[in-house]
Amino acid sequence: MRCQACHALAYDRVGPRHCGVVGRKAGSVAGFPYSPAMKKANVVWTEKTLDRFLISPLKMVPGTTMTYDGVPDPQDRADLVAYLKQAGKSAECVR
Amino acid sequence: MPTPATARRLFLGRSGGLVLSGAAVALLCGNDALAATTGGGKMEDVSILNTALGAELEAIAAYQLGAESGLLQKPVLGIAVSFQGHHKEHAAVLAKTIEKLGGKAVSAKDKYNFPVDQLKTQADVLRFAARLEQGAVSAYLGAVPLFGNRDLAKAAASILGDEAMHWAILRQALGEVPVPSAFVA
Ligand code: HEC
Repeated sequence: MRCQACHALAYDRVGPRHCGVVGRKAGSVAGFPYSPAMKKANVVWTEKTLDRFLISPLKMVPGTTMTYDGVPDPQDRADLVAYLKQAGKSAECVR
Repeated sequence: MPTPATARRLFLGRSGGLVLSGAAVALLCGNDALAATTGGGKMEDVSILNTALGAELEAIAAYQLGAESGLLQKPVLGIAVSFQGHHKEHAAVLAKTIEKLGGKAVSAKDKYNFPVDQLKTQADVLRFAARLEQGAVSAYLGAVPLFGNRDLAKAAASILGDEAMHWAILRQALGEVPVPSAFVA
């Protein structure tokens, strides 16, 4: 999966951990070196905001260090968001 | 089978005196080309390069872990050593380019949370490395269209090609179809 280049569920890598991302305030994982842009973004990650972010991360959060082109296909994005929601309840995240 | 200490020497032995070649040299010599990047695009390019550098540094540490695990046997160990060497070259050229553009290159983390408890056999290590390489290909693919400077996009594509070859070889070593599709994603 393409997000696994930089993210893991339970721990921080090049990008912050994805456990609990749905419902989380952007830029709020303690200890992760976010860009100033992400810290100031003032969004809460929901199905809707995640979808918008994933179309083009740099358009929604200019200056983000998630320098990734985006996921153009709406169905792919919906699948990813569904996965993130589901994974948040998985054993890897809940323990 | 090499002891972890031998493996470590093998790896560390390659870290000094990198020989940069091909796209790397063109990139580093191309002052004019780099100067052609204008305005805010330049800092954005630095940020793209830094994210890529972060991933390369993680890959270097991952191969180090693989070698020191004592789970890799010849000839696989040699392949891993050579792939780690490529990642070191990528990291070196990215860091130099970042500095050339006036940015500050990120450094390696003190600690990576690799799934060490899940690495029990050579195949586990190979699968772990293959996942990282696949991820790296995908990350570079997502970066190529973002560069303001087309020479940087070309250099990223050159690295992408190298990492796709690593991925294929690792799949082959695992007995999987080495090239599973006509396109990478
Ligand atoms: C090239 C590496 C890379 C790739 C690929 C990548 N990300 Fe990221 N991601 C990051 C980085 C770095 C950050 C932190 C951004 C910042 O601080 O500006 C981030 C941040 C995020 C955030 C905000 C998290 C928070 O805590 O506020 C979300 C959500 C996210 N990524 C989702 C994804 C998804 C979904 C994918 C797969 C389509 C993906 N990312 C692919 C590197 C990446």
